[in-house]
Amino acid sequence: MGAQVLWNHWGRAWPAQVDLSAAQREMLERVARFSTPCEPAPPWRLADQVDRLGVLVLHALDHLAHLVELVGQLLLDVLRLVRNPLRAPWRDISGHLYRMGAMALPITALVGFLIGVVLAYLMSLQLRQFGAEAFIVNILGISLIRELGPMLGAILVAGRSGSAITAQIGVMRVTEELDAMRVMGIPHGFRLVMPRALALALAMPLVALWTTLAALAGGMLAADLTMGISSAYFLQALPAAVKVSNLWLAMAKSVVFGVFIALIGCHWGLRVKPNTQSLGEGTTASVVSAITMVIIVDALFAVAFKNLGF
Amino acid sequence: MSGTPASPVVDIRGLATVFGKGGDAFTVHDDLQLTVDRGEILSLVGGSGTGKTVLLRHILGLTRPTRGSVTVLGRPAGELGREGASSRVGMLFQHGALFSAFSVIDNIAFALNELGTLPPALVQDAAMVKLRLVGLKPEHATRMPADLSGGMVKRVALARALIMDPPLLLLDEPTAGLDPNSSDEFCDLLRELHAALDLTVIMVTHDLDTLFALSTRVAVLADRRVITSGTPQQVAQFDHPFVDHFFRGERGRRAMAQPPAVPASKEA
Repeated sequence: MGAQVLWNHWGRAWPAQVDLSAAQREMLERVARFSTPCEPAPPWRLADQVDRLGVLVLHALDHLAHLVELVGQLLLDVLRLVRNPLRAPWRDISGHLYRMGAMALPITALVGFLIGVVLAYLMSLQLRQFGAEAFIVNILGISLIRELGPMLGAILVAGRSGSAITAQIGVMRVTEELDAMRVMGIPHGFRLVMPRALALALAMPLVALWTTLAALAGGMLAADLTMGISSAYFLQALPAAVKVSNLWLAMAKSVVFGVFIALIGCHWGLRVKPNTQSLGEGTTASVVSAITMVIIVDALFAVAFKNLGF
Repeated sequence: MSGTPASPVVDIRGLATVFGKGGDAFTVHDDLQLTVDRGEILSLVGGSGTGKTVLLRHILGLTRPTRGSVTVLGRPAGELGREGASSRVGMLFQHGALFSAFSVIDNIAFALNELGTLPPALVQDAAMVKLRLVGLKPEHATRMPADLSGGMVKRVALARALIMDPPLLLLDEPTAGLDPNSSDEFCDLLRELHAALDLTVIMVTHDLDTLFALSTRVAVLADRRVITSGTPQQVAQFDHPFVDHFFRGERGRRAMAQPPAVPASKEA
């Protein structure tokens, strides 16, 4: 290392005069022989950046096309299931239902309850200024049942189960289990994608309902504590404030959320390449795109059904 | 399904594989020809990056070649992946690729259970027979793949590949990662099964002992095609830098010194 410093200081050439011992000269000669100038980094070019952007867009289109393919395949698989329900992977479906639905209940209840408390507390401060405390029921009812309950549930499930789906399928790619299945002639769509999609389509509305109930309980408690609005009044006023169609809308939305979370998780899982870095990237991408998709779908529902339930 | 007895089990013609596009294109195979006849044990050898595993994947129909045709049992390889594929071809993956969520017996029975046409008790019995066939004990049936040793994983994977008695068996590095003792046992097992079940076997291997112990024919992949094929002894005489290095290095000479274990009648 010292020889390298010296050599570089000399400008990578022997000086005119130098007094060295034999060992020093040998070492310096070795450095001189193996010193190779680093290749200069390619200059920054605008065209390269444009190329990179183009590649990104093409990749995004590619992912979108694959997602559409997955939706189509899911429809075909469901058709196959309906034709021959006895040969469907029911054990898988119930297993996923338990892991993705039942196991998510504690965390969604906790988060839902706390959000309900916070929301009711903040609203009570504002409403008190107008002397309109009783409207807390309307605000909480509409916002929690129609929007926040399903959204919160979906985002939590996307984080929990979306990443789990991608990791499970991705590890199967790494261990060649996916290839083994194909070699045995067992379709991935029917055995891997469909059970997860069906389980989440079934679990998601129930989790959303559960989250909504927990949030309403939290809101009710906070309203009682801060404004003295009794739980009995809250429960009595709720049906009048929120039409039932809001609940149906929330449930329909949740089914779509569930299917998309499962499909996006499967999409990234099937795209994992057989190495650990790709697995990590796939899991991250899965959670991020699943949450983004949940919010996009929610916005679409909000626009499409803006006249429903008021 | 397996065609007339005279037709080859695997027939590869004019195969080319190119990875990447444009300037980054990277050719692995170019105009590769290979036929495998019924009853052969063919070893594919070649340096790293010569596309041995890629060739196996083409035969399995997991990947499509850029050009050329791969015909397996008289049908295009791309059609293999349909329902009941286990009855046509069995594959032993390098690391076993057992389904980690299932027990040993469920792994072996998986393909039969998926067919859904047989009563579960019968499937269970058939899986147990295969388990005993590869030299495992009944008490191993309920273990999970994570609790098995490397040699046992390979045995279970072999039992799983054989569950529907396919005429063609593909092996990717069957003895890699095994200690010499289990490696020899596994070779003996493969030889017995080959004789008993009338199998055609294609294997990728780096292990010269396995190669000399089992193969009736060796095909050498180099320069993007099959440069030569024949009995191990014939191939070892071929003049090519890779063959030189592989067969006539010290390990090669040691392995060749052992008497060939294959009966003379099987040799091509």
